[in-house]
Formats: sequence, C-alpha cells, structure tokens
Amino acid sequence: MRTGVIARKVGMTRLFMEDGKQVPVTVLQLDGCQVVAQRTPERDGYTAVQLGAGAAKAKRTTQAMRGHFAAAKVAPKRKMAEFRVAPENLIGVGEEITADHYFEGQFVDVSGTSIGKGFAGAMKRHNFGGLRASHGVSISHRSHGSTGQCQDPGKVFKGKKMAGHMGAARVTTQNLQVVRTDAERGIIMVKGAVPGSKGGWVTIKDAVKKPAPDNLILPAALKSAAEEAARQAEEAARQAEEEAKAAEEARLAEEAAAQDEALMEAEADIQADKADGGDTDKKEGE
Amino acid sequence: MDLIAQLEAEQISALAKDIPDFKAGDTVRVGYKVTEGTRTRVQNFEGVCIARKGGEGIAGSFTVRKISFGEGVERVFPLYSTNIEHIQVVRRGKVRRAKLYYLRARRGKSARIAEDNTYKPRKPKAGAAAQTQG
Repeated sequence: MRTGVIARKVGMTRLFMEDGKQVPVTVLQLDGCQVVAQRTPERDGYTAVQLGAGAAKAKRTTQAMRGHFAAAKVAPKRKMAEFRVAPENLIGVGEEITADHYFEGQFVDVSGTSIGKGFAGAMKRHNFGGLRASHGVSISHRSHGSTGQCQDPGKVFKGKKMAGHMGAARVTTQNLQVVRTDAERGIIMVKGAVPGSKGGWVTIKDAVKKPAPDNLILPAALKSAAEEAARQAEEAARQAEEEAKAAEEARLAEEAAAQDEALMEAEADIQADKADGGDTDKKEGE
Repeated sequence: MDLIAQLEAEQISALAKDIPDFKAGDTVRVGYKVTEGTRTRVQNFEGVCIARKGGEGIAGSFTVRKISFGEGVERVFPLYSTNIEHIQVVRRGKVRRAKLYYLRARRGKSARIAEDNTYKPRKPKAGAAAQTQG
C-alpha cells in the first residue's frame, strides 16, 4: 500500500483520441503536494504519511500549525490529509510528490466533498417516484408516500429514506481511469466525473477494487528522485560528451601525429633524394 | 487564461484541424471516417447545417440535416472530432435564424434555403490567433 495524493479539481474538458473516440476527463492538479509528517508504529501505532497541498498565508495559519510546518521545514499548506502506507513505503518529511505517481491507464479512487444541495425532497435525494399527476392527488405530487405501517409498530423505522439534507458529504468515486498525466504542470486527467465543485480539494488513491499494477512507482514518484534522475542523466550526457570530445581529440592527435610522421618521412625522402641528387650531381660534375 | 482554456487551446492547436467558416443554413459536405472491420474509408455526408452549438471551442458541434430516400436524416458532428476527415462548404445559405429546427416540419419547396451571394470571408480575429498560441 502506497500513499495517495491531494489534488485540486480544476474542471472538466474532453480529449479527442487518435482512434476517433472522445473521452470526457476531469483535470486534477497537484499543487506542492509535500509530506508534512510521518506516523510510525513506535510513536503512533500505525504507519502513514501526512501530506499537505496548496499554499497558505503564514499570517492566516494558526500558531500551532505554523510550528508543525516549521518542524517539517515546509511552507504552510492549505489542505492536509493522511494516507495509510505500508512501513516500507514511508516517505521522508519534506518530499514532494509529482503527477508521475500515477501512470496512464491506471485505475484510481477519487474522494472529495460533494456539492451541497441543501434540504432536498425524497425524489431528488433517494430517487423516489413521487405521486401521480392526477387521480385525486393534490399538492403532494413530489412527496414520498407512506413511511411505515400502522399502530403496530407504531413508529417510523430508523434509517427510513425521507427528505433531508443532501450533498456536502464525503464521496468516493471508484475505478476512474487515468487518461493523461503531466508532471511539469502537475496535471492528472481522469476519465469521468469526480465529486465536488471546481476548485475543491480531492484525494486520489490507487483503486482498491483492482489488483495492484506491477509498474507502480514505490514508495512514490518524488520530485527529488526526478531531479536526481535528471541530474544523473545530465551528468551522464556530459560525461559522454566529454568522452566523445576526448576521443575526438585523441583521434585528432593521432591524425596530427600520423601527418607529422608522414611529413617527416617525406622530408627524409626529400633529404635522401637531395643527397642522392647531390651525389649524382657531384658524379656528373666529375 | 485559466488552465482548462489553456489545455483546450493546446489541444486545438495539436489537432491542427482546418475548419471553414460556416453557419446554420450553409450546405456542408462532411467527410467522416468509417471503420469496416480493419480498413477505414471516408464517407461523405452532405446536407444543410441546421445548428452550431458550443461555439468554436473544443466542445463545439454542428448538426447536418439531409433528406435520404425521402426520409429526413440528421447527424451531429463534434467540430474537432478526429473522425472527421474534412468539412467543405458547398453553398452559403441566407437565413435569419441561428437554429433551423423549423426545417424538420417542412418538405420540398418550402424547405429550400435561398443562396447568400453576399458572403465575405471573415477576417481572422487577432484574439483568436493569440488564443491558439497561448
């Protein structure tokens, strides 16, 4: 089990695929998703990472939270969430997770706070059918019908579906497919809708109802790791370049040496020729 | 520009579609890719565009109506669909409505649309060019 991420819902759009299909996607954006604290078995009895995302003004952060962020040496965060992880997948405090955490085609569960609907009737809230439009029904076309039996039991059972407050609750949408990721801008696009309004915070986790894919990045796709890889690649490229340059220089030096040798030989030949010529001249002169 | 608009503008420029300037009332020929088994061919659908929806953006679509074997047939195409090979304007129509749904109730002579002989190509908007670049 590895950590999830905190993301912000940006909105929905569509993607046109090469094969002519169009895919409705929700754009989720990572905004400085960093580890703020760890939960360890010794101290807390379980393993988890506490993540923070978004930027909060230090002025508007409570003194207690400021101390918490200072201990982690991270900037104050707007949204915090805890993710249970396996002990081997704990991430160091201060590490930033990138959008490469999820790969294209992977299934994820997205949780968020749904849009509040206020006090909603039974038809909207529980998909009741309502009453008839005619045949003596008056003023109660959208009401629920009976709520129970008669004198026995003489009460309405607990949990009876009735009108009441709807929405503004934590909702998880399971098995959404990741369509595209962009680590540079921190964008994850998932197919379909996710709970909540635009600008709302959601948490993304690996789908619990699908087998774990083999190519998951463990413990997480970290910015520091990406930077390290980029640095190493750059170093390797530079080394290769240097080697190429050295090889080129060596080749040039060899060529120059060969040329020198050739020149020397040629000179020697000329000298020899001259000497020969001189000899013949002399002979002729005699 | 917000992120969604930016992503859509990027996708529009990446798709590089050549969409002519047309509106409701114009007769258009749409080359639509049809896959039969393994091979694909382009099928033309020619008729009157009776509606444009969703603007010029990635979500835009248009409805084409034609009479096929005496039966009215309508198809809705997404503007930027990768299944559309080409869109050609065959004839410019002169209409006073943005949505020509009244044509559905008409047959024959009364369902004709007068040709617009005064069509001027629209100048490309300065803003539109900037949008695609952003």
